[in-house]
Amino acid sequence: MSFVEYSDCIQDGDVAIVYLGHESMTPVKVKRGAQTQTRYGVIRHSTDLIGQRYGSKVTCSKGGWVYVLHPTPELWTVNLPHRTQILYTTDIATITMMLELKPGSVVCESGTGSGSLSHAILRTIAPTGHLHTVEFHQQRSEKVLEEFKEHRVDHMVTVRNQDACKDGFGVTGVADAVFLDIPSPWEAVRHAKAALKKHVLE
Amino acid sequence: MGDNVDDDSLYTIKEGDYVVLKRGDVFKAVQIQTKKKVIFEKQWFFLDNAVGQLYSTTFELASGGILQPRKPKDPESSTDTKGAGTDNRNIQDDGKSQKLTRDDIETLKEQGLKGQEIIQQLIDNSSTFKDKTEYAQDKYIKKKKKKYENIVTILKPSCRILAMMYHGREPGKICHLRYDTLAQMLTLANIHANSKVLVFETCAGLVLGSVMERMGGFGSVIQMYPGGGPVRAGVESFGFPAHFHDTLHEFPICHLNALIAGTLDTTAKDPSADLKESDMAAEVKTEAEVKTEAEQKGSPEDQSMETNSGADGSLVPKKEEEEEKRREAKAQEKKVKQEEKRKKLAAAASLLEGRNADGLVIASRFNPCPVLMALLKFLSPSRPFVVYSQYKECLIECYTKLKEQGGTVNLKLTDYWLRHYQVLPNRTHPVLLMSGGGGYLLSGTTVVGGGSKPAASRRDEEPAPKRQKVTETEG
Repeated sequence: MSFVEYSDCIQDGDVAIVYLGHESMTPVKVKRGAQTQTRYGVIRHSTDLIGQRYGSKVTCSKGGWVYVLHPTPELWTVNLPHRTQILYTTDIATITMMLELKPGSVVCESGTGSGSLSHAILRTIAPTGHLHTVEFHQQRSEKVLEEFKEHRVDHMVTVRNQDACKDGFGVTGVADAVFLDIPSPWEAVRHAKAALKKHVLE
Repeated sequence: MGDNVDDDSLYTIKEGDYVVLKRGDVFKAVQIQTKKKVIFEKQWFFLDNAVGQLYSTTFELASGGILQPRKPKDPESSTDTKGAGTDNRNIQDDGKSQKLTRDDIETLKEQGLKGQEIIQQLIDNSSTFKDKTEYAQDKYIKKKKKKYENIVTILKPSCRILAMMYHGREPGKICHLRYDTLAQMLTLANIHANSKVLVFETCAGLVLGSVMERMGGFGSVIQMYPGGGPVRAGVESFGFPAHFHDTLHEFPICHLNALIAGTLDTTAKDPSADLKESDMAAEVKTEAEVKTEAEQKGSPEDQSMETNSGADGSLVPKKEEEEEKRREAKAQEKKVKQEEKRKKLAAAASLLEGRNADGLVIASRFNPCPVLMALLKFLSPSRPFVVYSQYKECLIECYTKLKEQGGTVNLKLTDYWLRHYQVLPNRTHPVLLMSGGGGYLLSGTTVVGGGSKPAASRRDEEPAPKRQKVTETEG
């Protein structure tokens, strides 16, 4: 499993999305020996999840059933634990197109927040692109890096715990696109200009 | 990070490149060919001077149709206001404030005055200009610039620019797909590198090209096409590098039922219609047949030579010889093409047979329902699909059928609103709202099952006993 590449079967250590019903889903960290409680009963990871195909029906202890889905940035956006207000798929889609993101793009982003947009960017720029993301809140920057690692995308992202308005993005002249979603974005404009590749500025 | 040499070449305009010309809000996709006249916005010009410049450079159209790169200068400093009014209470809109006549302006144009200079003349000869407010003066100058300044910007094509172009120029060709709806499709279908995507579209190749752009040449795209051949005009405009086309396959929709039933035969057939066992044998045999056919053609040729040489002289047999050779060559070419077509069909069929595609995108003028039902069978479970339609009625039909059949979750029928804003100091406000004009999307995720009886759902299990009681008392 990876948020940037599909796989067929559920494995130990994966993050899967359990579909319980209309507009009702929950993320699950698959771990051998672990259990997840749902309103339809217990899901035992070792027997019910590991080795099963993504998209399968899983019957829970009480007799009800759920589906287990492969994670995608869209599913993650509606299921992730919020640490901040997040961007939702509709805006993310428009942003992705307007920034002309594609495999190989180098992107700078601030603030990272809960990582909703970050995951979508990573999916689009994989496998050859890179995301430089800046978050000035220390715990949030640590939490989001942890998630990137769990989701097997950390090799494509650099999280910096600094203030984009004061210290910029930590890189210069490499970005194809810059995205700002911070309280005072005008203060980061000069850093954005510095981070962009010179040809993109023409 | 990055070679300066590489970066430069990526962003420099080269001959043969596909580019997009932009003037204001109007776009046009062309290919850079030297010494070829291009018409854009009622102007004729050559693109020769563009070669070697960076993309996104703005050019001025000089007389004679040559482009000159425009030097960035201070905005409107030369046409600075010599004072402005406070409001328009005393300004009469009688059409008499401009002293220059149409002929005067034509003369100025012919004299070769630059756009900027013409505008200055217009301002100087306008009796009401100094009474306008600063904002009104700005607006006036902008309007004149749009009309008289001959500038063209040359852009590198991308999904965004091409989608805006098609939506502005020929929305009918793309089923009125608005560019923000296209953006939603690409994201909802999770289009990314290293996946296998099925595309069925009649949007002049715009949707296909956008999918290919997001895949970056990794993975594969299989285009399902109606009719005789795939339409891909739009894909060319993207200017993809050659290796991208290796990832693109096509498969005719008319053979889809055969593929599903398992009866599609992609082995080579010769004209005498004998079924062959293996591809290798087929190829060898086809070649052998071509040879024997040529030999057979050779003999009547000899015969005709013999019969004619006596009567008409040496010229006639030669002509016939040439004609025969041409016919042979054509037949040979046809055979080679047919063989290639068959190989491509076989390749696409083998990609589809695994029924493990990672995504499905449908955007066409045809009713999507039957296409969707058929193509969903080729997706792995837990994969997204997106269907675009200009009208919501067909999508409602799809939604209902999918709910009955099962095998999909998270079904959503959506449409999107787009609002543009004018952004100017103290004048920032929304301009207009585009709603309902961008088409509708049906999106969902596949799961295992589908075609299963709806009675299997838990919702029916619980109320069943209650229902029985009711029917008993009523009966």
